[in-house]
Order: sequence, then structure tokens, then C-alpha cells
Amino acid sequence: MRYDRRLTLLVPISLILLGAQWSFGILHGYRGIVAAVVTSIAAEAALSRIFLGRARNLASAYMSGVSVSIMVRSPLLWPFLLCAVVSIMSKYVLRVNGRHIFNPSNLGICALLFLAPYAVAPMMVQWGNSIWPMLIIWVAGAYAVWRADRAHVTAAYVVSFFFFAFVRSLIVHGSFVSEIAPITGPMYQLFALFMVTDPKTTVSSRPWAVAVVVVVAFVEMILRLNQVIYAPFYALFLVTPVPLLVEMWWKSPARARRLEHEAAAPVLSPERVWSRPTPASPRSLHRNPS
Amino acid sequence: MSWSPDDRARGAPDARPREAHPLLRLLVAVVFLALLVSPVVVRRLSQAAAVTSSGTSRAAALARYGFALEDVSRAAGIHFMHQSPTLDPKLAPIMPVVASVGASVSIVDFDRDGRPDIYVTNSAVGGQNALYRNRGDGTFEDVAPKLGIADVNRPGTGVSMGTVWGDYDNDGYEDLFLYKWGRVELYHNDHGRGFTRVTEQAGLPRWMNANTAVWLDYDGDGRLDLFVGAYFPAQVDLWHLNTTRILPESFEYAQNGGGNYLFHNLGNGRFEEVGRGMGLTSTRWTLAAAAADVNGDGYPDLFVANDFGIDELYLNEHGRRFREIGRASSVGRTPKSGMNASFGDALNRGQWDLFVSNIAEPGVLLHGNDFWVPVTDSGQVPRYRDMAGPAGVELAGWSYGAQFGDLNNDGWLDLYLTNGFLSGEKRESYWYDYSMVAGGNRNIIADARNWPPVAGRSLSGHQRDRVWLNDGAGRFQDVSAAVGARGNYDGRAVALADLWNRGALDVVVANQHGPLQLYRNTVAQNNNWITFDLEGTRSNRSAIGAELRLYWAGMQQVQQVTGGSGFAAQNDRRVHFGLGRATRVDRLVIRWPSGRVQTIADPAVNAFHRIVEPR
Repeated sequence: MRYDRRLTLLVPISLILLGAQWSFGILHGYRGIVAAVVTSIAAEAALSRIFLGRARNLASAYMSGVSVSIMVRSPLLWPFLLCAVVSIMSKYVLRVNGRHIFNPSNLGICALLFLAPYAVAPMMVQWGNSIWPMLIIWVAGAYAVWRADRAHVTAAYVVSFFFFAFVRSLIVHGSFVSEIAPITGPMYQLFALFMVTDPKTTVSSRPWAVAVVVVVAFVEMILRLNQVIYAPFYALFLVTPVPLLVEMWWKSPARARRLEHEAAAPVLSPERVWSRPTPASPRSLHRNPS
Repeated sequence: MSWSPDDRARGAPDARPREAHPLLRLLVAVVFLALLVSPVVVRRLSQAAAVTSSGTSRAAALARYGFALEDVSRAAGIHFMHQSPTLDPKLAPIMPVVASVGASVSIVDFDRDGRPDIYVTNSAVGGQNALYRNRGDGTFEDVAPKLGIADVNRPGTGVSMGTVWGDYDNDGYEDLFLYKWGRVELYHNDHGRGFTRVTEQAGLPRWMNANTAVWLDYDGDGRLDLFVGAYFPAQVDLWHLNTTRILPESFEYAQNGGGNYLFHNLGNGRFEEVGRGMGLTSTRWTLAAAAADVNGDGYPDLFVANDFGIDELYLNEHGRRFREIGRASSVGRTPKSGMNASFGDALNRGQWDLFVSNIAEPGVLLHGNDFWVPVTDSGQVPRYRDMAGPAGVELAGWSYGAQFGDLNNDGWLDLYLTNGFLSGEKRESYWYDYSMVAGGNRNIIADARNWPPVAGRSLSGHQRDRVWLNDGAGRFQDVSAAVGARGNYDGRAVALADLWNRGALDVVVANQHGPLQLYRNTVAQNNNWITFDLEGTRSNRSAIGAELRLYWAGMQQVQQVTGGSGFAAQNDRRVHFGLGRATRVDRLVIRWPSGRVQTIADPAVNAFHRIVEPR
């Protein structure tokens, strides 16, 4: 039997979830996770049938459901259902050139926080009061992102967060320790490990992926300076589509054809440039056969 | 967080969709947009309905809901303003958040003149507590200075957090236990003519940081014992801090709070602390507690509501030990911010439901209140289901004290809930800073130095209380604005009592750093009522713990004489039942704390009944 590499991430995140629920009851009950995961998988199955004409692998939907159930806090059930279905639908509705441009679960969470704050809150408290849960999340998560070749994104985000936290503390004349408090909690750990690293919604170039995540951290700083509680989610929501769209344009067939067309055009050596005739000269329209 | 390693073909477009029919794609897009806007639309519609009901006049409220409240504090001669404590200067930047409790109210007929009186606490060093003696003509007079229980917040002794009254020596007069952040005090009631401080003789500890206390006779020996729950650890002197690391180590799993105490009444005016030996070993941040016999074995059990963690339910094993069953019973599974403990038979099933208040700040922290309904029969180890959502009492605000009581005498217990944590500048919120630090590691959040200054901002402030009317079908409707409960101070404690002996439960609300509010309740005339005043003989004389089971018109309801409930509050010891239109009661069954069961057939309605326990 061949090992499915998707399990590399699904297994640790599921184990983290189960361990956290078993030890600290972080999910506040099983209703939310069941609702979110079942809804995500059902929506993915239905929409992939409609749009792709075939059943899609549901691992991604499972991940979306799990992330929704971790990140969303609500005593009500419908926010989990709504967030899950909006997350999955966004992959099929908000597409450019056949590619979705928003991190699905982040979009769902942002939509809920913006449109229904009366019924939902993000997870903000830590798991337990010892250092072990934090270490387990970092180790398991780091292993997963390393296997997925996304460790550079997480590392860049963490470093950027600390740097911008320092900048924030200078600007607001506050305590640096206060500013870095969020990243010592599980919400940010999950955000840094699993949210900002989503390959489908990050650019493919390694340096540019790092650059983008630095911009995410910067925008988050701006939002934090304006006391936006959901700063990381909103920052990711605002930033990620732009580089994706740029990358799509950069790699688009139209641009490739244009480049190809330009490549087929006469190549002028520096010497030729220096001695290039004026465009008005009919000679410039003809390649020098030599 | 929606990817898997298989997605490492980064940048590659998704599997390009088959060209679904344009109409189908349009339909999916429309559904997507409809889902996005649905929360806003639903909210707008529900708000429109709420505005309609809040516009009701007093006469209309009487006609529609069967009662109306009127704040008569000033007319009654009550001008009490609570003052918050000022603690060690090291806490100055976040003082309003730390010094956020202390307003309390308890009802007692201290002089046995048949009229309930009101005792309220102040929490500033040097501040005066007040005992409002009920003159019976609609007005009250503060007799605390004259009787020696006003000046109880002297420098070096801490400040008041609340009081509970119980006749610990069975002399017929309710004695006063005052719990404080500091030195707790026991005052013996000298036949209603004065109070004598007996703290040292009673053997009570020199210092603790208590936020709740409950009188109960846990071992059925006929003498009132005392449970006390602490918030900060006893070694913390909030006026002389050696360290700023005094805050909870976690906002959901903290166990570095104060311990719980159980003082066994030895019968000679002395108490013995037996808490740890009896199984009360928790060191959580206790804010409220209440006692009721939840498994029907004749011994009062204890529910303890904890801030920053799970709540606890202690089963009393025949007075020999307490066994914690919070997790097994479900009430202690989910860590929240428990701030209230009120037992009541809200569904008229003859069982103890339980209301626990918590925090609900839209978009930031939605713990939600708990309305625990037993799913097991009496006699079994209880298990509960949280029905707060279906009942409509889940989300209210930053909620504190609550009490069950039949405010319109329709035969169903309603619920009064206080709301609001810190009212500062209306447009300036501390929630961003709060949420930023609260999610951090314990080494960060436990240290007061790491918390940004409050600087006059609000934290869930300017919230109004809730008056939830029980519709008899398991739902509660918020009628607060319609019936006249319009205060939006930082409510802490609420107590219910028929202050003018009219057959209507009046409401007294103690607000943090705000005025004491006395709501006179006017009840529509078409509903009937009955009230019982119990006195124990073999049981403790206050009859605290006595269960009264009333049967009428095919219904039943159980209530009890309490030794403290809600948050920092105690209702009138007299037990009030609304009867709806019924003009006859079948019977009253009293189970006294001694275990004796007494049945009284066909008691007269619309009357007060004084019942002495048969010897």
C-alpha cells in the first residue's frame, strides 16, 4: 500500500486537536468540530461534483473543517456550519484563472468575524498553563511544514512578527513582552504553522513567499496599531490575493506568448543598440542576416 | 490551514473546473453571497423585534408581561454608592480591572419584625457598609453605624466583598458573616439590638481573599456550617504586594487562585476548618457558590463557579466527604469564567436547574452563560445538559449575579441577571489590549506589569441588566427594557425579596462603583401567590437547606431556603411561589435539613405562612 503524503499534515493536526481536547477541552465540546468537518466535506464533495465533474480528494476539506473548529469560538452551532460552507464555497466561487485566491478557512473566519461578531469570537486563550502544549504544537507543526517545504514561510513570519512587535512597542510606548504575548499562544502558533503556509494561496517562488509573509506581518502591525483584534486574519485576507494575482499574470499564457513573440523579435546586441538606426529607418525592420 | 503536502505543486492552478452550466455557477455564487449576508439580515430582523418590545409603556408591560419594575431607591431613602477598592500602587495601571468586585447585597430580617432589611457592602478602605432597616412605610434607614457593622473596612483589615446571614448559634437571630479581601469577620446578632464581633472566638483565619460564602448544614447536625471560596491566594495582601505576579496563570485553566474553606460549626461558638480533609482541595479562582441537594440524598451538595477555569460540583457523601463530579456531571467540562451560581426549578420538574453566568463579548470572547438542566432522576449521580442556547439565556454580556424568582407570579421562575464589567469612556475599549495579552503564555499574563494600562477605557461596560421572563415552555424572553429595568451600571449582585409584604418579589441590585438600585415590583392582580417563612427546631433555626415542594393545579415546583446564592448575594429566607390563576394549592411538602418530611395540605393562597419544624 502506498503512503499518502497528505497524512503528513492531517495526522499531526488531528492529533494536536484530539490531544488538546482530551487534556484541556479546548474545543468546548465536540458539536462544533463535528459540524464544521462534516459540513466542509459535504460541501467539497457536492461542489467538486458540480464544478469538476468528479469527486475531489477530501483531505483539504477535512483540514478546512478542523481549522474552522479550532479557530472559531461560539456557543452556537450555526457559525461553525456557516464558516465551513463559506470556506469551501469560496474555493469555487472566488476563482481567477481556475485558481482560488483566498485561503478558504481564513476567508470564512474573516467573513464571520466581520459580519457576525455577535455570534462568534476567535480562539484567543492558551491551552493549559504549562509549556508542554506549546512545545508539542511547535514541534509537530514544524515537522509538518518542514516536510511540506514551507518552513521558510513560517520562519519568516515568526521573525517578522517579533520585529514588528518591537516596532509596535516603540510606537505605542508599551511593553515588548505585551506585544509578543499573542505568539506565545496557540492561535498564533496554528496561524504561523498552518495558515500562512497554504501553498494554494501563496506564491511559488521561495524568496517571494518570504517577502509576502513579511508584508502580511507588516499589515498586521498596521492593523494592530489601530487596535484591530483580528489583525492576523484580516492581514492575511488583505495581502495574499495581490501577489497571487501578480504571479498568475507573470505566469499567464498570454504573457508567455507575448514574451515568446518578443523573443522571436530581433535581438539587439549592445553594439547594435549603440549603432541602432532610428526607428524611422527602414533598415531597422530587418534582421541582420549575419 | 487548508492545505496538504500533496499541494506542493505550488502555483499550479487547481484542477481546472469543467465548464459547469453558467446558470449553475451563477446560482452557486448567489447562494454564496446570500450565506455571507445572512448573519447581518438575521441580526437586523431580531434587533427590530427587540426595539419593538422595548418601547412598551409601564401599563402595557403590566398587561403584556404581568409585572413592571420601578426604581424607587431615592424615594425609599436609599442613596448608597459603592466605592471600588484602591489596591497596591503597583497595580495602578490596571486597577479598575483588578478592583472590579465588592458590590454585594443580602436580605435579612435582622430584628425579626417581619420586614426584610437590606445589607450592602462598600469596598474602599474606610468606606462604610450599610444596613437598611425596613421601616415598613416604603422607606429605609441605615442603622449599620448604630449597630456596629458599618465601619468594617478599616485600614489594614481589607475591604468587603460580600455577606451571608445565618443563625449559627440557633438563638433565633440571623448572624452576619462578612467576607473580604482581607480579614473575614463574624458578627453575632444580639437580638436585633446590635452586633458583637466574634471573629477570633470563632477561630476564623486572619486573612483570605474571599469572594463567596454560603451557610449550609453539610453534616445535618442542626448547626450551620460555612463554605467560603477565595479568589486570590491567602498569602496575597493586595495592599502590600511583594510581586506583581499575582494574576491568573491562564484565562481558562488557572489553578493558582485562592483555596476553598469549609468551616465546621462545633456548636460552642467556634468553627473548625475542615475543607482539605473533606475533599475541597481546589485552588481555582472562585467567584460564586451555592448549595442544593442535587442528588436527593438529604445532604446539601455544593456548586462552585470559578473564574478562569472549569466549575466544580461537589457531591456531599452523607456529611463525611465531598466528591468532585464536575466533569462526570458535565458542569465542569468546559473552562469558562463562572461568576454566578443560582439553583432554581425553572422548568417546574421538581429538580434543581442551575444558572451560571459567564462572559459574552461579541467578536472577542463568547463563553456564554450556562443553564444546566439535569437529565438524570433524583437519587442518581446527576448529569446535566446545557440548555442556555435553546432557552435564550446564553448571551447577555459580561454577566455577574443572577437570581431565579417568579416576578409576575405566573407559576414559573424568571431570571434577573446583572451585566457589565467596567464602564469607562464609552468609545474607548480595553478589549484589544485584553485579548492581546490574555492569549499569551502564563509567564506573561500572570504578571500585572505586562498588562497595558486601562487608562479610563471600558471593558464590556455600559451594559444593561437582563430580566428574562419564563414562558413556561423552556424559553426565556428578555423584557428588561419593557418592564423598567433600565440601569446600565456595572451590575454585580442581585437579591430578591418581598420587601413590602405584598406578594411580589422586589429586586435589589448592587452595582460596582455605582448606586444601589431598589426596584419595586408591581404585579398584575390576576395572578396568585403564597409565601412560607420557616423556622427549624431540630434543624438549624434559619432552616437553611429546607426544601419546599409545592403542588398546585397539576404542577409542582421546588424551592429552598438558601444561605447565599447568585454572586455576592443572598435572597430573603422566606420562600415565595407564584401560582398563576390557581386559587388553591394542593399541598406543600417540606423536607427539613434534619431529614424530617412535613406535608401541609391546602394552605391558603395569597398569604404568608409561618411554619415551625415539628419537634
